[in-house]
Amino acid sequence: MRRIAALARLDIGVDEAQVLGRQFASILVQFQVLAGLDVEGVEPMTGASGAVNVLREDVPVPSLPAEALLSRAPAREGDFYRVPLVVGGEGKDVGQSGGRAR
Amino acid sequence: MSTYSDLDATALAAATASGERTARSNVEDCLRVIDARDGELHAFLSTEREAAFALADDLDRGARAGVPPGPLHGVPVALKSNMCLEGFEANCASLILKGWRAPYTATFVQRLIDAGAIPIGMTNMDEFAMGSSSENSAFGPTRNPWDKKRTSGGSSAGSAVSVAAGMTPIALGSDTGGSVRQPAALCGIHGFKPTYGRVSRYGLIAFGSSLDQVSPFARSLRDIELVMQVISGFDANDSTCLDEPALLPEHGDVKGLRIGVPKEWFPDALQRDVRARCEEALAKLRELGAVTVPVSLPHTQYAIPTYYVVATAEASSNLARYDGVRYGMRRDGDGSLQSMFAHTREAGFGAEVKRRILLGTYVLSSGYYDAWYMRALKVRTLLRRDFEEAFEHCDVVAGPTSPEPAFEIGAKADDPLAMYLSDTMTVPVSLSGLPAVSVPCGLVDVAGTKLPIGLQIAGPHRANARVLRVARAFEQATDFARARAPLFGGAMFGRGGSK
Repeated sequence: MRRIAALARLDIGVDEAQVLGRQFASILVQFQVLAGLDVEGVEPMTGASGAVNVLREDVPVPSLPAEALLSRAPAREGDFYRVPLVVGGEGKDVGQSGGRAR
Repeated sequence: MSTYSDLDATALAAATASGERTARSNVEDCLRVIDARDGELHAFLSTEREAAFALADDLDRGARAGVPPGPLHGVPVALKSNMCLEGFEANCASLILKGWRAPYTATFVQRLIDAGAIPIGMTNMDEFAMGSSSENSAFGPTRNPWDKKRTSGGSSAGSAVSVAAGMTPIALGSDTGGSVRQPAALCGIHGFKPTYGRVSRYGLIAFGSSLDQVSPFARSLRDIELVMQVISGFDANDSTCLDEPALLPEHGDVKGLRIGVPKEWFPDALQRDVRARCEEALAKLRELGAVTVPVSLPHTQYAIPTYYVVATAEASSNLARYDGVRYGMRRDGDGSLQSMFAHTREAGFGAEVKRRILLGTYVLSSGYYDAWYMRALKVRTLLRRDFEEAFEHCDVVAGPTSPEPAFEIGAKADDPLAMYLSDTMTVPVSLSGLPAVSVPCGLVDVAGTKLPIGLQIAGPHRANARVLRVARAFEQATDFARARAPLFGGAMFGRGGSK
C-alpha cells in the first residue's frame, strides 16, 4: 500500500495505510470475477464516442491570459510558478527559479 | 399568477418573456426558496447573488429595449461545483480546490447564459464526483427533501435537490456512472444522461474522461429537452464531442415500440416495492401501445468491477494535476518537490478520492496493467455488445434506476463496496456510452415515509431523442412527476411546510 501511495504521490500514514489496505483487499477480492472471464480475442474499448482523430485547422487561436492563470497559483514569482528546488542542491536551498515557498 | 416554484423552466421563461414576471423577480424568488430551505438541505456550496442580479437586470433592460428573449429567458439555473463559470468557485467539493475560482467559462455554461439562463450558484457534490450519496463532500452531505435523514443520492446531489426542492426549475449535473440518474431517482425528478459526446466537456473538471457527460435535471421532460437543445452540439474545444447539431426533440407516441426488459435489472434480491413500481410503469407503457420483450445483458455482473477499474484508472491520471503548483491548496513537506506534492495531496483529498486514486494507480502499475486495466477495457467491449445484441430485439430498455430508494445518511459510510453497488443498473449504460433518462415512477412507503422511485429508460448510441420520447409519453400519462417533496418550495408561498 505504501508503494502504491508513493506512486500516486500520496503521503499516507501508517494507520491510514492499514485501513485503506483492508478496504482495498475486500474490493479486489470482489473484482476478481473479471479474471474468470474469457476475453481472448476481444478488442479493448478505448473510447465511448466512436470519434477518431478529430482535427482542426492548424491556425493559432487566443489562449487564456497568463495572468488569470498565474494569479490562481498558491505561490508565484513574476511570470513563474514558484516551487521547491527541482534539480541540484540539497533540495532545501533556494534555487534560481524561486526555490521553496516561504 | 403562479408562484415561482410551481413553474417549470419552459413556463417561467414564457412568463418572463411576456412581461408577466421579470428576471429580477425570478432571482429574488429563487434566493428566497434557497434561504428558506438550504439551511436544512445543503444543496448549495455558494450562491453568487450580485452576479445573478446583474445578469437579471441586463436581461430585463434588454427586454424593455426589444431584444428578443432566449429560450431560457430569466430562468435561474444551478451548476454542479465541477463546472467552470469565470469568477465562480468550482471547488469540486474538495479542500484541494477550496477557494479556486474558474478562470474561464465552460461551453455548456456559456450556451445556457446566451439562452437567457441565470446561474445562481454552485451545488454540493461528492468530492470530484466520486460517490453515490454526497457524503464524500468535504463540506458535509446534501439532504433529501423527501426525508432529511436520508441521502439525496450522488454525486450530483445539490443540483438534484435544487430542482426537487423548487429552488431552481433546472440544474446541471455530470454523470460518470449514474451521478445524475441516481440522484434524480432518489429525489423524484427527471435526470437525463445523453449519449457520450453529445454535450461538450470543455469546462467540466475531469473525473473519468471516457465516461463523464454533462446531464440536466428538471421537474418536466419538456425542460430536459429545452436544456438539451441549448447545451448540446459540436464544440471544437472537446475532441470527443460529436459533430452533430443541437438535439431536437422527437414527437410521437410509443405505439408498437419495443421495450426490452433486461432480466439482470430485476434480480431476485431487488426490493419488492422497487420492483412493483417499475413493473407498474412497464404495464402503463404497454397500455400506451408499447410492447415489452424480455432481453438479457449477460455481462451485467461484471459491470461494477469493470467500471471501478476503468473510472479509477482515468481518475488517478486526471487528478495527478492537483499537486500544489498551479492551483488550489499547497502544503510544504520536508522542502523537496516530491514531498510538497505528497503532503499537498494527502491534506487536500478526502478518503474516497484517495481510495480511488490508489486503486487506479494500482490497476495501471507495471505488472498489473494487463491483468486489470486492459482486461477491464475488453470486458467493457463485452458489456457494449450485450446492449447491441439486446437492441436487435428492442428499441429501448427499461428497469429501475437504483436498486433501492434513498437510504439513510451514514448507512453505507464505512462500506465502500456497498456504496458502489448503488450503481449496478446505471454503470453498464455509462460504460457503453448510451443515452438514458430516469423518470419518476411512483412512491414507496418506508416506515411511514414516502420516497420516490425512478425508472431508467436507455437507448442505443445516439438515440437520445427516442429515449426522451418514451419518457415523455410516460410522463404525460401519469402524475408521478407532479408529486412534490415535503420540503418543496419556500414556506412563504404556502407550499410544503417544515417537518
